[in-house]
Amino acid sequence: MEIIDNVIGKNGLVFAFLCVGIIILFSTWVSKYVTHKKIPGVAIAIIIGLSLAFLGNEKGISNIPLFAGMALLGGPMLRDFAVVATAMSADLSKIKQAGLAGLVSLILGVSVSFILGILIGLSMGYTNTESLTTIGAGACTYIVGPVTGTALGASSDVIAISVATGVVKTICTTICTPLIAKKIQLDNPHAAIVFGGLLGTTSGVVAGLAATDEELVPYGALTSTFYTGLGCLLCPSLFFVILRSILM
Amino acid sequence: MKIYGVALLAACFLLGKLLGRLLGHILDINSDIGGVGFAMFLLMTSSIYLRKKKWLVLETEKGIWFWSAMYIPIIVAMTSTLNVKAALSGGVLAVILGICATVVCMFMVPLISKIGREKNIDSQK
Repeated sequence: MEIIDNVIGKNGLVFAFLCVGIIILFSTWVSKYVTHKKIPGVAIAIIIGLSLAFLGNEKGISNIPLFAGMALLGGPMLRDFAVVATAMSADLSKIKQAGLAGLVSLILGVSVSFILGILIGLSMGYTNTESLTTIGAGACTYIVGPVTGTALGASSDVIAISVATGVVKTICTTICTPLIAKKIQLDNPHAAIVFGGLLGTTSGVVAGLAATDEELVPYGALTSTFYTGLGCLLCPSLFFVILRSILM
Repeated sequence: MKIYGVALLAACFLLGKLLGRLLGHILDINSDIGGVGFAMFLLMTSSIYLRKKKWLVLETEKGIWFWSAMYIPIIVAMTSTLNVKAALSGGVLAVILGICATVVCMFMVPLISKIGREKNIDSQK
């Protein structure tokens, strides 16, 4: 037992790769066979991650020495590095294809989610500008929340709330899209582009559209790939500064 | 070589973070103001430029694609290290806000796609 502890203790990051791999394997399986792809595997994996954090204390599961490597893999440096890399899949030359409606939907999608986050956050008793901005950013996607929170120095529990908000949005988008599609006239590529820009949670948009009409998926993905980048750009900068001047 | 891609990503990342910090310094806020966003923008524009110059070969791109594919696993690892016990009281907020943000944005779809469509018809004339 001591030997195992020693090997894992000295190779924490590598052990974290293995752990996350197993979590994702399991959640993909659950998504496919238990929920019949109604809930994306990503959302399940994040829920598992959040529940594992209950095993530890203020630093989640990494409080347990065996899982200390999770803090390395999930630390802000590697996270921001990987998030920046996703910009490769967002082809700027394609934004023209999305047209004016795509652009308007992206900007409105980020702003409206952010404002809703601020209003609901305020009504629940959060007054600190950094916390409110992080919660507002979490209402965009589960990536924008932690990226904004870490940049502004928000506390870990507020970042956890922002991630949870983003996950609720992803799940809600996935489940509600096929139910509400007719009502919001989501039956053509143009509407799908607008839909992707407004909702922004790529995994939710893709899963929701796939359940509605497979042909709409690439159009929704087109705009939603820009959403997280735009959110990471606007939330901790322009929105934070505006909010700070309003609250001060 | 893949390392060229990773190095390009690293350059964009550091430059973006630097811009974010500088902006924070100018605005007298001691934090990173939009650094990740700047970095993403830099990576998008530099990759377009390098592709045009034919300097960005597939092998180089693969170095960036690897990290792009790692972001979900990294987010999962991150969520397992958050202070969820302290966040439990905010769980209601997360559920209410998540649902509100989704529903409000969904009902804006017909509104905004209408504006765009009129423009499309105009341009066809």
